[in-house]
Amino acid sequence: MAAKLRKSILPHAVLILFSFLFLFPFLWLVMTSLKTPDEIFQLPPNLLPDTFQWSNYAAALETIPFARYMTNTLIICAVNIVGQLFAAPLVAYSISRIPWKGRGIIFSIVVATMILPAQVQLIPQYIIFTKLGWVNTIMPLTIGAFFGAPFFIFLLRQFLMGVPTELSEAAKIDGASEIRIYIRIILPILKPALVTVALFSFVWSYVDFMGPLIYLNDSAKWTITLGLQGFQQDHGAQWEKLMAASTIMTLPMIVLYFFGQKYFMQSGSALTGFK
Amino acid sequence: MKVSSSISQSKQKRSWSKKERHTFLLGLVFAAPWIIGFLAFTVYPFFSSLYFSLTEYDLFSSPKWVGLNNYKQIFEDESFYRSLRNTLFMTFIAVPITLIVSLLIALLLNTKVKGINYYRTIFYLPSVIPIVASALLWTWMLNPDFGLINTLLRSLGLPDPAWLLDPQYTKPSLILMSLWGTGAGALIFLAALQGVPKQYYEAAQVDGANWWHRFWNITIPGLSPIILFQLIMGLIGSFQIFTESYILAGGKVDGGKSLGGPDQSLLFYAVNLYQEAFVYLKMGYASALAWILFILVLFITFVLMKTSARWVYYGGD
Repeated sequence: MAAKLRKSILPHAVLILFSFLFLFPFLWLVMTSLKTPDEIFQLPPNLLPDTFQWSNYAAALETIPFARYMTNTLIICAVNIVGQLFAAPLVAYSISRIPWKGRGIIFSIVVATMILPAQVQLIPQYIIFTKLGWVNTIMPLTIGAFFGAPFFIFLLRQFLMGVPTELSEAAKIDGASEIRIYIRIILPILKPALVTVALFSFVWSYVDFMGPLIYLNDSAKWTITLGLQGFQQDHGAQWEKLMAASTIMTLPMIVLYFFGQKYFMQSGSALTGFK
Repeated sequence: MKVSSSISQSKQKRSWSKKERHTFLLGLVFAAPWIIGFLAFTVYPFFSSLYFSLTEYDLFSSPKWVGLNNYKQIFEDESFYRSLRNTLFMTFIAVPITLIVSLLIALLLNTKVKGINYYRTIFYLPSVIPIVASALLWTWMLNPDFGLINTLLRSLGLPDPAWLLDPQYTKPSLILMSLWGTGAGALIFLAALQGVPKQYYEAAQVDGANWWHRFWNITIPGLSPIILFQLIMGLIGSFQIFTESYILAGGKVDGGKSLGGPDQSLLFYAVNLYQEAFVYLKMGYASALAWILFILVLFITFVLMKTSARWVYYGGD
């Protein structure tokens, strides 16, 4: 009995310790964002500020054109979601449900490109986009979505492989065209997986730093990641404002995570099918 | 006579029925977005970067053919070797460390404790923080004078390194930050752990195998495909480290100073490539770097896959 109890207490103790380690940086982020400069440079530091300086948030939002950066970012996110939702399921459908010669090759290449480092294509892509006059526009950061990201195609294909084909077979016998089957049957079946695609597509565009760094030179077009980095360069030592800005930037991700947790986890289990 | 008949026969075999052709076209049409994108944004750039790697090109004047000169220069360039050393440090030290820690967390989470869903939520949480924000937070926590980490170390009477200001400690700083994000990897391991057949453990228990034997002979082989997968992803990831380095090093490119932090200790492969291409506008030189990157990643992946036959166990599903 005692041994059994000990057996269950130990994992809990370690898990609680780990939870504390994982959560403490968040607490520190938020508490720093609510301190006065004096409290920030106080040694030893206190965890809690004397009074919560909510004005740091207003100050942070005034120091940089936060609303503009956020708008720019959300536009890029939205276009990417539309693009991925258009292209990825089409391709996934083709390589999982249409028995055509060549789908095996396409699938192998899709998987291979998942591990191809983006840097290899980076420079010629930049040269192409420069020649097209697309530098300083959102085009280089969104056009790729309309061709379907390999990871999403893979995810949707795995999902479709696990779904029985009876429904679409029956529709085919009834003489429904492939397009009709795709829109009426496949897309509704794919819905939960499409939510995952939209979610990850949003997250990737939202957190992207290198893409905007390369393509958006004009600070009026900056995204939130570039804006935050610019903030660091210009006001590096104002930690309370910098942490306030970081908190605001992180908030949408946390909200998304709490509402869409099962979709975040889904991608993990999809990857375990990837042997 | 005989020959021609066999040819016509095989031709007949090869020529498609109307239905087959229809299916082929249909498949092609549905896959068209990806195929077009693949040709335009992967295949074409892939080969044109090979061409650019043999030229000198600054975007403003047309590319000038220089043969293998860029490659020759790269192998004499101190920054290249430094970036490669820094990157390989991450590949062979940071990747295994994060892998082991995430496996340990997964094992902990797999111990059928109550409230596992809360723990899972907490452990995954840091992984959803944008890298720019978490790098800024860690820059603050690792501040040598006022940061949380050094305050703790000092109160315990331990040495307090200058972390991001000391070239010896910049990469450990980066590892510390990446350990914060191990929850995502842990959940992938957890999903795989739950897929290891229970009968194996029961049989081993009957045979009186101890914890270590069960771990080493059942858990590790059962997880080996995922370990290989995470190793390959980690390897490729280490060659793509960019944002963390850029922010932790302060992201300044001023007065001829280069990216990569103190003593270029955070100058990783992708950072060096970015710098050559977009700071110095040496597009030809950077294309050569990209090709070397491609060959390196291909080579290491190949070696991993080859040796994996010896330790990766693909059980039947």
